[in-house]
Amino acid sequence: MYVIIAGAGKVGWNLARELIDKGHEVTLLENDRRRYLVVEQELEHAVQYGDASELWVLERAGIQRADLVIAVTGDDEDNILICQMARDKYDVERIVARVNNPRNLDHFKELGIEPAVSATDLILRLIEHEVPQYGLVHLLDLAGDRLEIIELIVNPDSPVAGERVGDIAMPDGSLIISVLREGGGFVPQSETVIEAGDEVLVVLDPGLEDDITARFAPNGSRPGG
Amino acid sequence: MFILVVGAGRVGSTVAKWALAEGHDVSVLDEDPLSHERLDNELDTSWEEAGGRFTVGTALEIDALTEAGITEADTVIVCTDGDNTNLVVAQIARRRYGIDGVIVRVLDPRRAEWYREQGLSTICPTAVAIDMLEQAVTALT
Repeated sequence: MYVIIAGAGKVGWNLARELIDKGHEVTLLENDRRRYLVVEQELEHAVQYGDASELWVLERAGIQRADLVIAVTGDDEDNILICQMARDKYDVERIVARVNNPRNLDHFKELGIEPAVSATDLILRLIEHEVPQYGLVHLLDLAGDRLEIIELIVNPDSPVAGERVGDIAMPDGSLIISVLREGGGFVPQSETVIEAGDEVLVVLDPGLEDDITARFAPNGSRPGG
Repeated sequence: MFILVVGAGRVGSTVAKWALAEGHDVSVLDEDPLSHERLDNELDTSWEEAGGRFTVGTALEIDALTEAGITEADTVIVCTDGDNTNLVVAQIARRRYGIDGVIVRVLDPRRAEWYREQGLSTICPTAVAIDMLEQAVTALT
């Protein structure tokens, strides 16, 4: 795979190193001369000096044959533009953009720059996973397919504790796909009885979270707490 | 017409003053509070007394754009000193706020041309300067 990475900061440099180790061809672009000279001592010809939002710099790096463009500069507007041109002008199949300021995430979405990776967002999700304040944890958003998978922890006082799966009135567009119990996991049948302490994975259409939470933990009780 | 000018440098502030004199409602957004002085310059009164609006804020921040009145704007002129900022703000103005009259300054001629092909109204001073220089040289020979 041929990968172009814009921005040789800590993220870009380490990404380049990892991808080269895995046997990929990589060109790293850096527009700060001093930074470029430092990185060049290690990566040699795999790093080029220039502003990755300039078309000729991208073309010199061979963007026409790139399989993946990763924009991880410190400026969100640069990352948006680099990915937009890679995808729309040079028909690069896959792009990845870094979001520096989470408040700019809407701009990435508005202009269809996906996936957009925000460190703040990732850490927040980890915290949610460790401290599930609302009783449910987002495991995965399948944005293109308009589906998500969430995890719920069943408390002793939850209305579904002791219920058969077939008797739980799940809203249309949702399905219990897995039960994690005592270190193991299994796909439940309709006669499976949900027990207190179970972790239940549910696949659902976006927007049904509140409905699901109401069935598993009504009255604001916290199944995960 | 309500015109929002994003970026009050030499170009932005001059165009803003012209638009106000033409009788339009004009709001200006710039991250530098000192840029207000460029708006007051050559006016008999202050920019606000003359009827203009001024907001300090970063062009990419939705809160700043909202405070500057983007939701009511008929026309948005984007001319900060950063091409990438300008191109993102211009596209946000069109897509998120549905504003048809968006004009954006892009210094890089190639990207100005490509984004024009994508439907943005781009103005490229660099291309104009190149053109004028070439004509001036031609006239000498």
